[in-house]
Amino acid sequence: MSKRPIRILVAKPGLDGHDRGARILARCFRDAGHEVVYTGCHQTPEQIAAAALQEDVDCVGLSCLSGAHKHLFPKVVQLLREQDAGDIVVIGGGIIPKQDFPVLYDAGIKEIFTPGTPLPEIVDWINEHVVPGREL
Amino acid sequence: MDIVEKVGNGDVRAVARLIRSVEDRIPQAREAMKELYPLTGNAFIIGLTGAPGSGKSTLTDSLIAAFRKQGKGVGVLAVDPTSPFSGGAILGDRVRMQRHAEDPGVYIRSLATRGALGGLCAAVDDAVHILDAMGKEVIIVETVGTGQSEVDIMNNAHSVALVLTPGMGDEVQTMKAGIMEIADLFVINKSDLPGGQKLYQELLRVLQMTENYQSGWQPPVLMVQNIADPRAFAEKVEGLRDAFWEHRAILISKDLLKEREKRKLSVQFHNSLKETLLDPIIEDLTRSGRLDASLERMLAKEADPYTLAEELAGEYLRK
Repeated sequence: MSKRPIRILVAKPGLDGHDRGARILARCFRDAGHEVVYTGCHQTPEQIAAAALQEDVDCVGLSCLSGAHKHLFPKVVQLLREQDAGDIVVIGGGIIPKQDFPVLYDAGIKEIFTPGTPLPEIVDWINEHVVPGREL
Repeated sequence: MDIVEKVGNGDVRAVARLIRSVEDRIPQAREAMKELYPLTGNAFIIGLTGAPGSGKSTLTDSLIAAFRKQGKGVGVLAVDPTSPFSGGAILGDRVRMQRHAEDPGVYIRSLATRGALGGLCAAVDDAVHILDAMGKEVIIVETVGTGQSEVDIMNNAHSVALVLTPGMGDEVQTMKAGIMEIADLFVINKSDLPGGQKLYQELLRVLQMTENYQSGWQPPVLMVQNIADPRAFAEKVEGLRDAFWEHRAILISKDLLKEREKRKLSVQFHNSLKETLLDPIIEDLTRSGRLDASLERMLAKEADPYTLAEELAGEYLRK
């Protein structure tokens, strides 16, 4: 059996229509051999969590440039945990000040990537930390 | 509770996980599918196909709303292409449908083709079975963006709609064999674009030449566009929904639904047989090094592929 592909959901929560970064990452994950479910902008945390469950993704990548990350990112993790899906790895990116990192880590965001991060670094992190597929 | 029972109870996590396991060809998934099979056979399976960007996902989104208005549980399987280079994929059909993400009556799953060329993917028939077993009354299967000959959807759906847009060629295109023949319903989307009316007239002319002896069903042609007036679009899609139901009623009354089910099963069984017979042989040949040795012999012209295949098939069948 060949290797199982990693499935990643790329979404932009909240009132933020700047999706260039999210799209570049989606393309980059595609080229790394992952199956990327792209849901676009203006997503509520509830929509993102529901999509993650229905799509059986291994990882959720959130992008936020609006400044509302401290509210939106932890909410997604909380909703996943409530629905017995705390095993899905949630990562975040965007304009996120360093002083907000501890709050986000505490809330269960596994890693944060800010502008300027080389793409291979993000791909390597995912390949190292995300396991494709769970036991049936 | 075991996975099949959970699927039968409509457990989203279990459904998602089983579809994934089928896609990834996990051996336990096959066992689960055996157990699940008796729970299937109740859903109305609709196919939507058409060129990339023709508006399939937008139509699917609106169709979901139309069927939900009738209180039906809806399952959606949306297929997008896998990269032949990296094996990765961008599954972007959901973008148009996210307003239904939180509706517990709707389940949406994106699938990658993973090398399949007929417009769908290898796991699609099992995924349909799983949504059927979870109790979805209507299942919409959206193909990848198709060209002229990706017609696998005809063997996976009861009723198929082809989505066309203006500007894709002259009348000869509408006469061609392949995808134009498999549609039970036609939708002209972006009908406000130049050439919309012309395409409509051409399509009607071509359809008049087609005799439907068996069913007596005349494929309807719907003109829609979503930009200027989304409300009118939603109403027209309700008309499309009703046309699907009418088509289903005709299939049932003429005993043709059973025929389509049989065609669907025959393809699935064919694939299953091939997989069961061929996969272990290929695996054995690869492992023992005989596959490579055979290839070398053929390369050196010491053997031909026809005789070798006959010999090997005979040998394995005797086992």
